[in-house]
Amino acid sequence: MRKNDKAPEQTPFAAFVDDETYAPAPETSPVSIKDEYGLFIDGEFCAPQSGKHFATTNPATEETIASVAEAGEADVDLAVQAARKAYDTTWSRLSGAERGKYLFRIARLLQERAREFAIIETMDGGKPIRESRDVDLPLVCAHFFHHAGWTDKLEYAFPNQSFAPHGVAAQIIPWNFPLLMAAWKIAPALACGNTVVLKPAETTPLTALKLAELFQDAGLPPGVVNIIPGAGETGRALVSHPDVDKIAFTGSTGVGKLIRRQVAPSGKPITLELGGKAAHIIFADAPIDQAVESIVNGIFFNQGHVCCAGSRLLVEESVEQIVIEKLKRRMETLIVGNPLDKNTDVGAINSRAQFERIQTLIDAGVAEGACLYQPQSQLPERGLFMAPTIFTGVAQSHRIVQDEIFGPVLTIQTFRTPEEAVAKANNTPYGLSAGVWTSKGSKIFSITTKLQAGVVWANTFNRFDPASPFGGYKESGIGREGGLHGLRAYLKVGG
Amino acid sequence: MSDRLPVLKTYKLYIGGKFPRTESGRYFPLRTKTGDLVANVSLASRKDLRQAVQAARAATGAWAKATPFLRGQILYRLSEMLEDRQEQIVRELTATGEVSTKTAQEEVRTGIDRIVYYAGWTDKFQQIAATVNPVSSPHFNFSVPEPIGVVGVVCPPAQGFLGLLSALLPVIAGGNTAVVIASGPSPLCAISLAEALATSDLPAGVVNMLTGDRSELLPHLKVHMDVNALSVWDSSTEEQCEVRSLDEDNLKRFVFSTSGAAAGPQPILAFQEIKTTWHPIGL
Amino acid sequence: MNQPMPVIIDEVGVAERAARFKTRSIKNASKIAALKLTMSMIDLTTLEGSDSPGKVRQLCAKARCPDPAHPELPMVAAVCVYPTMVAVARKALAGTSIHVASVATSFPSGMSDLKTRIADVRYAVAEGADEIDMVISRGKFLAGEYHAISDEIATFKEACATAHLKVILETGELVTLDNVRFASDLAMRAGADFIKTSTGKVSPAATLEFTLVMLLAIADYYRETGKKIGMKPAGGIRDSKTAIQYLVMLKETLGPEWLTPDMFRFGASSLANDLLMQLRKQATGAYQSPIYFSND
Repeated sequence: MRKNDKAPEQTPFAAFVDDETYAPAPETSPVSIKDEYGLFIDGEFCAPQSGKHFATTNPATEETIASVAEAGEADVDLAVQAARKAYDTTWSRLSGAERGKYLFRIARLLQERAREFAIIETMDGGKPIRESRDVDLPLVCAHFFHHAGWTDKLEYAFPNQSFAPHGVAAQIIPWNFPLLMAAWKIAPALACGNTVVLKPAETTPLTALKLAELFQDAGLPPGVVNIIPGAGETGRALVSHPDVDKIAFTGSTGVGKLIRRQVAPSGKPITLELGGKAAHIIFADAPIDQAVESIVNGIFFNQGHVCCAGSRLLVEESVEQIVIEKLKRRMETLIVGNPLDKNTDVGAINSRAQFERIQTLIDAGVAEGACLYQPQSQLPERGLFMAPTIFTGVAQSHRIVQDEIFGPVLTIQTFRTPEEAVAKANNTPYGLSAGVWTSKGSKIFSITTKLQAGVVWANTFNRFDPASPFGGYKESGIGREGGLHGLRAYLKVGG
Repeated sequence: MSDRLPVLKTYKLYIGGKFPRTESGRYFPLRTKTGDLVANVSLASRKDLRQAVQAARAATGAWAKATPFLRGQILYRLSEMLEDRQEQIVRELTATGEVSTKTAQEEVRTGIDRIVYYAGWTDKFQQIAATVNPVSSPHFNFSVPEPIGVVGVVCPPAQGFLGLLSALLPVIAGGNTAVVIASGPSPLCAISLAEALATSDLPAGVVNMLTGDRSELLPHLKVHMDVNALSVWDSSTEEQCEVRSLDEDNLKRFVFSTSGAAAGPQPILAFQEIKTTWHPIGL
Repeated sequence: MNQPMPVIIDEVGVAERAARFKTRSIKNASKIAALKLTMSMIDLTTLEGSDSPGKVRQLCAKARCPDPAHPELPMVAAVCVYPTMVAVARKALAGTSIHVASVATSFPSGMSDLKTRIADVRYAVAEGADEIDMVISRGKFLAGEYHAISDEIATFKEACATAHLKVILETGELVTLDNVRFASDLAMRAGADFIKTSTGKVSPAATLEFTLVMLLAIADYYRETGKKIGMKPAGGIRDSKTAIQYLVMLKETLGPEWLTPDMFRFGASSLANDLLMQLRKQATGAYQSPIYFSND
């Protein structure tokens, strides 16, 4: 278009038009974090028998936030005893309706304090406040609310079958969605009548401990939920405790297999939600702009620390160039930075160990001859930040295509026919999730039925809901979480 | 009365729709209580097992995609074919003298009725397990069961016919393919059943029948990385513990069952994975 | 004229993306700049049957100097009136760089014969309009007469001579995002300088979702042809917060090159006063009341 005869001065608008559009907008609501946290056993915070504490840090600054008690074998035993006592004396004697009222109460208290929990989640784990505020916390509240309603309706979920709670459930959760994973574990376990000993991840224990405080406020009977932070040793002690009746683990496939082997002789029921290497298939007839948005959401959501992340992009060859061009353009607008800033899209990598693991795999990709692209985004000078990364020119055999990277790293491959897309998508031991974009209805069903994955997103990606079962095929896990199907994990269902 | 010398049957394995001898050349003689030879039964080897798994894997796609109606029809046809072979199976069940004719007849009738029962399940269990999930976003979201893939079926030692069918039918009714380790003490009817299967419309490789030593084959089956699940029947505590302890683990699903357990859709659903699909709702 | 290929749009995906823009926090100097930029992008509009020379002159005074207490604030981009008011506006804006835009082509319905609609354009241009906001025949579009739409746009473009052509799609009557995208592609190929959401006479008027689809169409057209087409959401944008959401969306889809009044306009009337209120709030820290700002 032509210029105005007196073109408006650019300077008055520079503050918006130029790169400083998004001035720092840190979330400033006050939160209360203690300097030191004990173990939450039998309704009380207590000093660990182990005598050990560890520091939990903010990955955005690498500064210590709090000192957290580490549960040793004796502590695990106390926690299991407390859970057993609570199961025998209170929880198993309550009616389903009364159990449900506790869960409803917890859901409401969480809604009231959602912002505070979101901020702590972001501080402890590095995820952007936009996600912890708009995704994690709403899902956490919804998960408790949903399961609260199941407590007195289980006989309709399993008609003509007998069922009973297992007893004491040992649960181990990962660091990528600390509070959400706690909710996914605790809510169905309690709804089905079990009591819980939960071990949060060693890099992100804070929101679980805050949740313990909330349980106290909710008047949850002592011992119904016990929270014992620690690392691998704590987890090992927990899953091998003889008085535990049920094991539920979310984490890597490697550790999942170790736990399964460890638990094997006992024959105790076990559910596993493990790793993934999801294919995200884009057909030429897809709504390309929305597909690109879905690709971004699929791999850069939560810095790619997502077991169901769409980490393998499979694009139909005829639209490869335009998809990559649009994807790169979109990546230029991603803001990587202070996770507490409301404008941040991609936060901090959760821990230095994970940062180094991702970097090693990126280096491997480059060494294997793949072509790396990262946008010119400014990374903060300190803290564990990593630019969103895509690799083109990759081969199916490359490590970055085979290994779960668990970081903001996408590999891009092409395909020519639907058969080729499906074959590449399924060519992995994992089977957690998959995505497909096409505007042709019949093609959607043809592809989604062929994809070997427990969750398939068609024309969307990375959606979650408490009513929607989640879990993997093949080496991505055993069992489902969420919805009616998820209840089965926490009940002995007999004929 | 006839002086005619009867023609004896050779009991081979059933792999990929064919009846090969065991590659190992091994056999075990099945004898009556008094020591008379009934038949030389193939003693399947690790390599036979490998071939069977390969055949089962190759058959997964087509069988899973077969319409539920067709799967039901094929199973029903199997019952029709066996109805006429009752005598043969009774003879095989009673050959060693461990089982009375009356008991065997009852077992065969119950077994054939069980086939009819599962023929009727092929297009129904899905509706019992499937859900439309009320998600709180503009998406249509549903969960359906899908066959898990290749299932190793380790049959109960007792009731060579009914036990085998109880173990096998829920697996294949649900669209899986199977590698079956037949009953040790009562293996003959497994091969006769395979002969019926071979002439039914069941695609080759959907059922692969091995006779042999359970304790020899199971350790190989449990670590086979291309087997998705194991259905182990009437297993001792020690054996269960042994099966679960894996050096090589593809996160196989283990299902331990006991003879006489209630039927219903649950035995089928034990070998199904739940797939949840999301799609936006918009103009 | 060769027809564009239809591009399929996923409505839920568009809504999710649009919602993301709303979560951006714009503060301090950036916010003040955005408010001023919005002011400079306004097509200050009056399109009432009751419009009179007096009313239009009053609007032009507002356009020239939105806030007499702050003469340093930018003027609006254009005044937008019916054809019979163009001469009044042209005279009232003499000596400024403010454009005179006129709705023509039997606005708002477009339900006249082509000859009448062309005459409407020629009249407005002759009266001094240098921007023409035309409406497409939605009925023909929905009936699948895409060539007719292309042809009428090309004809009006010719009638515009040097005046710039903004093509109003009336998204509220096209209803689906697929239609909006296809109409955008038709309009750009037929010669539109700008594409515009709405007349303001149909609800819903401009929305972030409709506008996002049109911006993405502009991006694709630019990528394919190197031609930069402008965008004008109109109707329903009444407050500064909403306007800034549009600017954020514009910045993240088309980039800074489109962040000028030459490439982006807001069709609005009450938005100007809300901008003034927000600017004064930024300066004084006190929330404002409308009684301190003149209704023009």
